[in-house]
Amino acid sequence: MQVRSLFFAAYRDAMGTGTLDVDLPEGATVGDLVSSIRSRGAPFNRLPKAPAVAINHEVMRGDARLTEGDEIAFLPPVAGG
Amino acid sequence: MSPTPRVNPPKDGPTPSARASDARSLTRDEVLRYARHLVLPEVGEQGQQLLKAARVLLVGAGGLGSPVALYLAAAGVGTLGIVDDDTVEANNLQRQILHGTSDIGRSKLASAAARIGEVNPHVVVEPHPVRLTSANALKIVGPYDLVVDGTDNFPTRYLVNDACVLLNKPYVYGAVLRWEGQVALFAVPGGPCYRCLFREPPPTGLVASCAEGGVLGVLPGIVGSIQAVEAIKWILGAGDLLSGRLLIMDALELSFREVVVSRDQSCPVCGDNPTQTGLIDYDVFCGVDAHVGSPSGNDAFELDVRDLAREITGDLPPLLLDVRDLWEWDAGNLADRGALHIPLAELMDRTDELPEGTAIVTYCRTGDRSADAAERLRSAGFAVRNLLGGLEAWAREVDSSVSVA
Ligand SMILES: [Zn+2]
Repeated sequence: MQVRSLFFAAYRDAMGTGTLDVDLPEGATVGDLVSSIRSRGAPFNRLPKAPAVAINHEVMRGDARLTEGDEIAFLPPVAGG
Repeated sequence: MSPTPRVNPPKDGPTPSARASDARSLTRDEVLRYARHLVLPEVGEQGQQLLKAARVLLVGAGGLGSPVALYLAAAGVGTLGIVDDDTVEANNLQRQILHGTSDIGRSKLASAAARIGEVNPHVVVEPHPVRLTSANALKIVGPYDLVVDGTDNFPTRYLVNDACVLLNKPYVYGAVLRWEGQVALFAVPGGPCYRCLFREPPPTGLVASCAEGGVLGVLPGIVGSIQAVEAIKWILGAGDLLSGRLLIMDALELSFREVVVSRDQSCPVCGDNPTQTGLIDYDVFCGVDAHVGSPSGNDAFELDVRDLAREITGDLPPLLLDVRDLWEWDAGNLADRGALHIPLAELMDRTDELPEGTAIVTYCRTGDRSADAAERLRSAGFAVRNLLGGLEAWAREVDSSVSVA
């Protein structure tokens, strides 16, 4: 199956792209997606191991399962004020 | 469904703010001043009185704090506590509209109080000229109804969140960097907290500060104004609160995205079985402490609790090995940090339970028995370091919620 990763703000800067389509085996989880992205090497290994993610606009934890066509937004923490 | 908002009754005592909130009814001056509020059905005279009785704590009088302070003061929030220990610098003025050119070099609190007094002399400002820390946070936050976060760093954000969860106060979160902003209302009944969203602080170096990354001056004006809206709505009990939702704004494409955030039952702070029941050392938690090396200087064989706190939230966390007796382990341990338990007496018979190729950190109560254990394992070919000061130092300096037998 294929899912689409969306990188916002600091993640977009770090990854050098705003979107990344990733092929994953059926039943893969958010954690599997993160591992797959990180295993591409630099700059993708800058993604933290347990980042905050929203699947189709809903925040989920790393063990959430993905399905074909899901849109996974990686939400960077922001601290400025 | 938004949770039922609530305003604490006015506090007793001789402080000026208490006198102000006792006299809840509006004077003739105030009726004239708030005329455009009084005609709004969601505010009216009763709502304006709720605003007057409200006590709001603002953490940080900077970019976000500026619009929050100005709008809450103008709106007639009766008491505004402000925490800040900075002075006004020239590079603040591009976004911190609470302060002016003639305020450069002055404390932000003095500058803020003067400006707020000019905007609305009916507002009582309670200055807190300190940095919010684990030692003072509960005491400072306690007397307020709601907290608005205008800080500029991760440790203080986690601190404000945890203090609000522990004290059951709504936490109006806002953050900005470059062209992007985030806003949410955390720690209201049934809703999530900041830790439900960002369980772990980011690795150091990945996320820039405004000083390094820059920030569009208008951006905190927009985000802070939204924070002020949410604070006012909560006080009034009006509308749908931004709880359970994170609003993400991108000013370059001028888009507003919203994601649903639910309370995480496994959240270490607001979850069903919280593992952290007090405040911790947030500099250590966020890995921003500039602490270098261990006191003994023998880095290959031992580490202190601050090093460990940093390492176990990092990319290659070591395996923790508790070598105390069973009754000590049962009384309190670091199992939630992945610790294994093998009593020292059984250790060398059970080395097959230790994963190969993983760095190990041994610990006991004070660090003596575990030093012995580390030496034995090292001679058997394992990469082991001993935790200096043991679990007692951990409980004292990192996580006071751990009980030590
Ligand atoms: Zn939480």
